Amino acid sequence: MPTFDHGAADIPALAITIPILVACLLVAFGRRIPRPVVDSVALAAALTVLGLLAALLASSSHGRVVSWTARWVPEHGYSVGIVLVADPVGAGVAVLAAALVALALLYSWHYLSSVSGHFHALMLLFLAGMVGFALTGDLFNMFVFFELMGASAYALTGMKIEDPTAVQGALNFGIINSLGAYVSLSGVALLYARVGNLSLPQLSAALAGHRPDALLIAGFVAVSTGFLVKGALAPFHFWLADAHAVAPAPVCVLFSGVMVPLGLYGALRVYWIVFARVFPHGEIRRAFLVLGVLTALVGAVMCFGQRHFKRLLAYSTIAHVGLFVVAAGLLSASGTAGALLYIAGHAGVKAALFLLGGVMLDRYGGVDEVELWGRGRDARVIPWLFVAGGIALAGLPPFGTGLGKAVSEEAGSHAGYGWFPVLFVAVSAITGGAVLRATGRVYFGLGADPRSRAHGSETSGSHERSDVDQPLRRVPLTMLVPIVGLLLGALAVGVLPGAHTAAEYAAGYFLDSGGYTAQALGSAGHVLHQTPLPNWTGLGVGLGLLSAALALAIAAVALYPPKLRVGERTTRVARAPIIALHRIHSGHVGDYVAWMFVGIAALSALVALPLQR
Amino acid sequence: MNVYPYLVAVFLLVIGAFGIARSHNLIHAVGCLSVAQAGTYVLLLAVGYQHGAGAPVFGSPASTPTRNVSDPFVQAMALTDVVVSATVTALLLALSVQIGKRHGTVDPDELSALQG
Repeated sequence: MPTFDHGAADIPALAITIPILVACLLVAFGRRIPRPVVDSVALAAALTVLGLLAALLASSSHGRVVSWTARWVPEHGYSVGIVLVADPVGAGVAVLAAALVALALLYSWHYLSSVSGHFHALMLLFLAGMVGFALTGDLFNMFVFFELMGASAYALTGMKIEDPTAVQGALNFGIINSLGAYVSLSGVALLYARVGNLSLPQLSAALAGHRPDALLIAGFVAVSTGFLVKGALAPFHFWLADAHAVAPAPVCVLFSGVMVPLGLYGALRVYWIVFARVFPHGEIRRAFLVLGVLTALVGAVMCFGQRHFKRLLAYSTIAHVGLFVVAAGLLSASGTAGALLYIAGHAGVKAALFLLGGVMLDRYGGVDEVELWGRGRDARVIPWLFVAGGIALAGLPPFGTGLGKAVSEEAGSHAGYGWFPVLFVAVSAITGGAVLRATGRVYFGLGADPRSRAHGSETSGSHERSDVDQPLRRVPLTMLVPIVGLLLGALAVGVLPGAHTAAEYAAGYFLDSGGYTAQALGSAGHVLHQTPLPNWTGLGVGLGLLSAALALAIAAVALYPPKLRVGERTTRVARAPIIALHRIHSGHVGDYVAWMFVGIAALSALVALPLQR
Repeated sequence: MNVYPYLVAVFLLVIGAFGIARSHNLIHAVGCLSVAQAGTYVLLLAVGYQHGAGAPVFGSPASTPTRNVSDPFVQAMALTDVVVSATVTALLLALSVQIGKRHGTVDPDELSALQG
């Protein structure tokens, strides 16, 4: 009789319940206790969860940590209990979530001064949802935690309820994500109808070697849809820019840093554990690569066209999500390892940039790079942090973004996709260049005064409501420490020796569907073989330097546009597709729903049509 | 297996989504979202239903069932789904009210704060 007695087996459940309990206490008593106490209690809870999860991560590196709730362990491979399974990727994502929540709470110390306990409570509920989603081994519980994460996220987006754009962004976000979740739930019901159980290991065991029939295709597409909506894959991505543009900066940190990657995590987790032995890899790989490339290109083009800084960062997140999907969509251990490193590095860099955007908003009362041209010339430290963030976003070695990019490019080239480095360099250079352009305008006053040439139709961000009562005169330490810490964290991912090895090892566990199933259903865990890999190769460093240089060049060209001798007509023809793309992003929730169904049809076609032959 | 409830479930999900896409009023859109979700209730209950089977209630916890019962698992899921729906609908309606106050309209065609 196998046992599930493991030193760390109680941690997953604790890491989910502690934030929920503290959140309830804060809702109940938050108004009656002084704000610093609320801040400290919330931060202490987040740090406790972070500590627990770090211990869990350390423990999971010797094999997965499996815990069946209330010891309803499987007998003869069958159980109706609920299982939590922490493998290195799940535990790692949970650690990332807890770390970002802790830093966001620290940043909020002077931020959002008007809120009482409910902001902190929502942040902790959000954390519980993310940790639960990352650690659960049950498909229905994935839906429940998905919705817990969703509901707290909608409320956090609409935090500034006096701001007209905030409530509109929150509503778009809520409707699209909820509809996606219901499509997922339909898929869950279909799979239950086939198997009679919903824990991932039992689904995996029951479906292994099954022929991919209509019901399984429908189930896979439906379950994936909700997760891909959260993962902001085009054409499911429209909500993301609206939500990010209006949410408070510390909330954006969680959205871009971990919530959106968690959507991809869910889709890939379900694919690897449940469907990897049902569908041929070739078809799924094609589906992921097509959607990933589309997402990366749409995100990059839209990112460069923004003047609202937070919206610019939001589209850059979409572009990077496309790159993660392309890398993980190779369906190989090295591609997944590249995506993991890229996600970790990107989380640090993008989170730091969002917090810097928050500083810009609190200092100058807006985030519009056109309106704020030259306003930040007097700042001393902040501009250089912006520059570091922009150039790290472009993938400069030795930042973690550069490492993830290099490993992904190499994985793609090895798999025979020669266009991988081109896509990765182009997208990261464009998004990094956009950040550098905005920094150059606001903080260095570079380029011609852009106010004379501005269009009126874009989202400008000049009416955005500040999150502090009075404009900041100087940046408090509680805001500066998280920003610098996040950038250093992104640097650590690329510098720490063994980062590549650890990611490849974690990816090995993530892809090992048979091992996951066997261990969750009771056999002893086995430790995978670990091969030491170098972090950096010459080619990777070279391509990283190239994209950083390109980003600088793109920013320079955008700030000092060369006078080209092209006719009015040529310019108009060249701009037409970009204007059309901007029009598609209409801010209209009905359009977004229509695009979602286009996406479902496209995903079904990509998966099902090749199987007909 | 009777195919009728499955058709109803798909119909509700699609017509709800269609309603949101065509909506001229956010309150109506949130209502349509609930209609779409009702499709998932029907689907879940249809999966667990057996013709002629009783409710899944047993005399004592350890007794072996002597007759067919409908599947309690999907019923529990449908209940969870109802709770989720109530929360999300309440939140979205509150946001719609706030949009009405701040924008002076709840017609999504007239909301133009977030474009491009």
